[in-house]
Amino acid sequence: MTTAPALPRRSSATALRWKLRREAWGRTWAKFRANRAGMVGLAVLLVFAVVAVFAPLLADSHALRVSSASGPILAPPSREYPLGTDDNGRSVLTLLIFGARVPLLVGLMATVISMVIGTIVGMASGMSDGWAGTILFRFTEWFIVIPFLPLALVLATLLGGSLLSIIVVIGITGWPATALVIRAQTFSVRERPFMERARVLGAGPWHLMSKHVFPNVLPLVFANTTLTVAGSVLAETTLSFLGFGDPTAVSWGTMLNAAFGTGAVSLGAWWALLPPGICVIAVVLAFTMAGQALEDIVNPRLEEGR
Amino acid sequence: MTSQTISTTTPVDGPVGPGIPHRRARLAGRFSRRFVLTQFAGSAFALMFVIVVNFFLFRVINPHPERTLGRGKARTAEDLEEIRHRLGLDESMWVQFGKYLKQVFTGDFGVSFQYSKPVPELIGERVWPTLLLVLPATVLSIWLGSRLGSRQAWKHGGRFDRSTSVFATVMYSMPEWWLGLLLFMVFAANPVFGVFPIGGLHSPGVAPMSVEGVADTIWHLVLPTTTLTVTYLAEYSMIMRSSMLDVMGEDYLLTGRAKGLSDRQVLRRHALPNARLPLTTLIALNLAFTVGGAITIETVFSIPGLGLLTSEAMRIPDLPLLQALFLVFSAAVVVANMVANFIYALQDPRVKA
Repeated sequence: MTTAPALPRRSSATALRWKLRREAWGRTWAKFRANRAGMVGLAVLLVFAVVAVFAPLLADSHALRVSSASGPILAPPSREYPLGTDDNGRSVLTLLIFGARVPLLVGLMATVISMVIGTIVGMASGMSDGWAGTILFRFTEWFIVIPFLPLALVLATLLGGSLLSIIVVIGITGWPATALVIRAQTFSVRERPFMERARVLGAGPWHLMSKHVFPNVLPLVFANTTLTVAGSVLAETTLSFLGFGDPTAVSWGTMLNAAFGTGAVSLGAWWALLPPGICVIAVVLAFTMAGQALEDIVNPRLEEGR
Repeated sequence: MTSQTISTTTPVDGPVGPGIPHRRARLAGRFSRRFVLTQFAGSAFALMFVIVVNFFLFRVINPHPERTLGRGKARTAEDLEEIRHRLGLDESMWVQFGKYLKQVFTGDFGVSFQYSKPVPELIGERVWPTLLLVLPATVLSIWLGSRLGSRQAWKHGGRFDRSTSVFATVMYSMPEWWLGLLLFMVFAANPVFGVFPIGGLHSPGVAPMSVEGVADTIWHLVLPTTTLTVTYLAEYSMIMRSSMLDVMGEDYLLTGRAKGLSDRQVLRRHALPNARLPLTTLIALNLAFTVGGAITIETVFSIPGLGLLTSEAMRIPDLPLLQALFLVFSAAVVVANMVANFIYALQDPRVKA
């Protein structure tokens, strides 16, 4: 994608390839647009992305500081504080707007890590016969058995609770499912005639992987990415609810942690519990709906079944 | 008696013929020695992997546990050296690994920092509340989830299917502990609707082993079990629904109808047994996530089980306890996976068992 050349008049092989790719993406987009749930998911995601990026324009970041909080403690929604205040007298709405940043950032970054590891391991174990492939496959299978939350908690305890370590923790615990999906797809790509032809023409394993297998598993990687982000956002929220967020950063998870830990929930302060929870559900649901729509389009096995 | 004669002929129609006579008698000899050996060997390898990962986590990723442990207290170099020596960290990695293996196989995980009790004793005390919470929730959610999913698929596209599918998708996107907090706020902490206890497993002053004590414990478990059941149920119903939709296109259902079975009979005898197969595999895979639910829900409802112990241990951090808990959770999932494989082989005669 980085090497897109200026298209020459005569249709060279490169130009043709790019034309085909553009058309393929266009077809995918047309199918995606026809999927109502997928479009709703995409729209919700865009709204949250805009809120997260432009948070400082939407709310005053100064009001996030506990020391400069001016409101009453745990006040119900009023005209001045549309969603009430938290146990420090800060506006829940302001916290909610800034709190969108950490889950989305962590969710996306952790997914990138999971995807890179999962795609590499999945392709490698799908391409190599013999002991190397078997070992990679077994390794994936064993890794998938290790319960996610205890592993993430242990890692977070050992690595400390910075934003970066939370990203790494979620990233390296989330790859095995992707690896299995990519491996299965690699197997099916491997048996197609063009692979045979390329091999006969003398293509080495590296060329086969990068030029033939990778472009063919890529759509599936994208669909899987969208679904994995949903899981990563949930993971981030759960870790910060259990007290593993960066204590200085505001996120929906730390808001819920505070609501639980300081007794706002016991006191019936629903405005401290409902808004962050509903936002988490909305984001996760949106990623899931968009991801399922993409998966329906790109996963040939699913398409057959419908 | 007619149903008997029909069901003996069913294996022709579908891969799985339920209601086959003498089924129980066949169970004992169902598994070949080869199948059993493969299963046990596979699980043993997985356990070994878990044991190595555990060592790797606690000794390699964190090369200076003495600093974590001595946080705030041990500041001088001598103090740190003293802790290093006590933990055996001044020895070579291989010696440490050997000692660690010995610990694992003798069950000697040291003493919890927080409770000053041997770790295995502590885990033995705390395992029962977790089982009381997780087992009923798992069984209930599988039972209800498969019923819900198959009913959705059987009349797919209908009003029941559409409304419950939306419900399941929303539940699937919800953190289980958030639902727990919500139920806690409304049905435990609220002065009007709060009929359930706000946490724990026993009321003070009630003997746990008496009749009232058992009823009291069940009362305490209503909200946490409901929370877990509802969240797990969502996923199982989604799996069951799609698996049922796959099965519904099969020819053997048409055969069943053609020979005069009622809708209900086709569903129960031919569709359900086949649709259940993928569910078994996915339940096994999901067990790894079930453990996470135990941790968060026990934290929300202060149930003194392994999950609460974990979230307490990581705050300290109580490394010996955390290490043992990680092993216990992983081993439980490995064993449960193996059990699921055996059940799968029982359900699907095509699996060479």
